[in-house]
Amino acid sequence: MDDRKKTHSMETAIGHVLKTGVILSASIVLSGGILYLYRYGAMTIGYATFKGEPESLKNVYEIFISALSFHSRGIIQLGLLCLMATPIMRVILSLVIYFKQKDILYIIVTSIVLCLLVYSLIFAR
Amino acid sequence: MNTIEFTILIALGSILAGFIGALTGLGGGVIIVPLLTTAFGVDIRYAIGASLISVIATSSSAAAAYIKEGYSNLRVGMFLEIATTIGALSGAFLALVLAPSSIAVIFGLALLHAAYSSLQNPKDSLESKEDPLAKLLKMDPSSYHVQNIPGGFLLMMAAGALSGLLGIGSGALKVIAMDRVMKLPFKVSTTTSNFMIGVTAVASAGIYLNRGYIDPALSLPVMLGVLLGATIGTRFLVRSKTSSLKILFSAVIFILAVEMIFAGLKVKI
Repeated sequence: MDDRKKTHSMETAIGHVLKTGVILSASIVLSGGILYLYRYGAMTIGYATFKGEPESLKNVYEIFISALSFHSRGIIQLGLLCLMATPIMRVILSLVIYFKQKDILYIIVTSIVLCLLVYSLIFAR
Repeated sequence: MNTIEFTILIALGSILAGFIGALTGLGGGVIIVPLLTTAFGVDIRYAIGASLISVIATSSSAAAAYIKEGYSNLRVGMFLEIATTIGALSGAFLALVLAPSSIAVIFGLALLHAAYSSLQNPKDSLESKEDPLAKLLKMDPSSYHVQNIPGGFLLMMAAGALSGLLGIGSGALKVIAMDRVMKLPFKVSTTTSNFMIGVTAVASAGIYLNRGYIDPALSLPVMLGVLLGATIGTRFLVRSKTSSLKILFSAVIFILAVEMIFAGLKVKI
């Protein structure tokens, strides 16, 4: 029972980390969005035909470069990256917890999930 | 239409989608994709990318509230995330092979199923026997026994594949895998499912980002709108009785689903 309570308080901590991640990323997206609408608000826009994003908004490293050069779309994309990092943070925190509990089975399970996520974000097309 | 007008309209639609998604418990994703494709004429690939972003946002921001509601089973969740992430990666690869029109038809069918299952009354069907595999994986807390892990694992792979292919959280299917197949209590299933949805969505969102499906200017109103709508919806849910609203919105979702299937089939012919 005590173990269950301990797990619950860890879950609560993780929940707060997730919420903070969402608030942080929403703030970045909103700031980039205001800048974007200020600069390009009067232009026409459409998504009926699929063209795909340019390289500067597709790749993790390039997105950082684009945001640091104050490109508004790059800043929004950085906010979205931050959002995508939030559940990954949860997996990393769970891994830390299982390391503390010396729970080898779940260290393996969590590492597999983490590897799949990193593979998706960095390597997969 | 200029960019400001377009952004405001999409934001309003997304607020509505987030609101309905929270009220029905289906999540904003299943409503935002048909809304973007049918009402705004957005290409389904952009719609799926933006929807996945909103799914990650709502599931992460709801996590703290969900935890207050009841205990989730972290071990079950983490173990099944292997299944959902593998499924999500396969779904994202499948999206390359399938024509957008057939994706629309599959989406419509998934939507019909989600609307149907949201109207079912939850019922706990707990099992008193201990399952040897659950014992090996140390999944059982003191109050219930986890059953049929292989069956739940397979269904979770399917849920992940649908999530990756369609850009939805597929929470309905995840809950079914846990409460009906693996015999977890319903509350534990919904809480654990919410925890898993964000991780599943990231697994396919990463690929879609690399492929250029995630457009910042479209994701801007969708993410912020759905997040706002879902927050209002959750507050509303606590304060009022919603069974009649739920039926009304399920009818709306039913119409959206039929429209998507129809649109998909028409493109093919």
